[in-house]
Amino acid sequence: MGMLVLAEGGEDKFQAPSVSSFDFPEIFAGTGITKPMVQIVLSAIIVAVFWLVASRNLRIVPGKFQFAAEEAYTFLRNDIARSQIGNKDFRPYVPLVVSLFTFVLVNNLFGFIPFFQLPTFSHFGFPIGLTIMLYLLYNFVGIRRHGLFGYLKNQTAPPGVPWPIYFLLVPIEFFSKFIMQPITHAIRVFAAMFAGHMILLVFVGAGEFLLLHGDGAVAIVGPFSLIVAVAMSFLELLIQVLQAYVFALLAANYIGAALAEDH
Amino acid sequence: MVQLYSTAVMAAEKSNNPILPDVWEIGVGLVAFLILLFIVQKTVAPKFEALYAQRTEAIEGGIEKAKAAQEEAKAALEQYRAQLAEARTEAAKIRDDARAEGQAIVDEMRANAQAESDRIIAAGQSQLATQKAQIVAELRADLGRLSVDLASKVVGESLEDETRKRGTVDRFLNELDAVSAPAGK
Repeated sequence: MGMLVLAEGGEDKFQAPSVSSFDFPEIFAGTGITKPMVQIVLSAIIVAVFWLVASRNLRIVPGKFQFAAEEAYTFLRNDIARSQIGNKDFRPYVPLVVSLFTFVLVNNLFGFIPFFQLPTFSHFGFPIGLTIMLYLLYNFVGIRRHGLFGYLKNQTAPPGVPWPIYFLLVPIEFFSKFIMQPITHAIRVFAAMFAGHMILLVFVGAGEFLLLHGDGAVAIVGPFSLIVAVAMSFLELLIQVLQAYVFALLAANYIGAALAEDH
Repeated sequence: MVQLYSTAVMAAEKSNNPILPDVWEIGVGLVAFLILLFIVQKTVAPKFEALYAQRTEAIEGGIEKAKAAQEEAKAALEQYRAQLAEARTEAAKIRDDARAEGQAIVDEMRANAQAESDRIIAAGQSQLATQKAQIVAELRADLGRLSVDLASKVVGESLEDETRKRGTVDRFLNELDAVSAPAGK
């Protein structure tokens, strides 16, 4: 039950899930430790242990497990970090991309795994934290490489535009690059996780309520709602993986754009 | 239900707006991620990169090794071919030599045999000639003596004049030879 209890109100009255469904009590009163916090720490431990075990005994001729881990690492290294940041600069950012993707992935998958059943990133604080860090990072490396003015010029004034257009283009680009970009970066994964979880709450809560409290024939509809909930879970699984990929891809893309010579 | 209501109350006390992030969550999430990033950066990524470098080296080394082995094999093959050709020419030479030597031996043997047969024939002929001469001499002596004896008996006295007698017999025999020689030849 747990969180699902929150989805229903009284005995007879159906209370639709709301944003308060995402609030969890402190596990130990007064400590401030809540379920999402436990999950985020656990995810870091899971990911760290996975990579440590995978890299512990690397052989030139890999075993099955090493092969799988290498495939994942190679994909993140070559298909995300290298393709987005470029052959010249991608090396220092490979650990970041690897950590980002696996960290976000595990946290998203918590939405699918029984007993967790909450995508951690449906709490806005977590993607916000990562996005702030990334925002500082790519602006810092961009300014370090091009200087403040050069960096701003690179980011806001794309070449090959008739000069009067710049009066219009530069403010728009500035707004989009330095204000909207980090916000959308954080909101994208948050909103997908939040909405996905909400959909599941609606279908499960409705199914349960209809089944247990529905009048006569209405109760028959309940199981269908639960079936849809299961189907939606698998759709969510896809979205969870996709959003982790997109988050890491965009992070690498922003770093690459900050380092690139020309926009 | 009590718990439910307390939760709802607590939620109301905090903020019910999901867009307003919990500062604690930002902090905890960030710290957890930075620790993970540190671990991956310090231990995991270098190991994978080292593995890739090692593998590249191993593959390149393997290719080079294979290339070297191929070169070596090719060189050995060339060498064997050269040796084979050499051996063939040598064998041909030896065969030619043997043939020539055999021919020489046969020729020599033939010559030897010819010489031997010539020698044997010559020896036989000379022996025959000797024997013939001896027989002729003996016959001539016998014939002379018999003729003289016969003549003595016919005449009834000894023919004393030896020298003359001999001359007569010899002259007769020579005439006889001269007559029979063309026929006997």
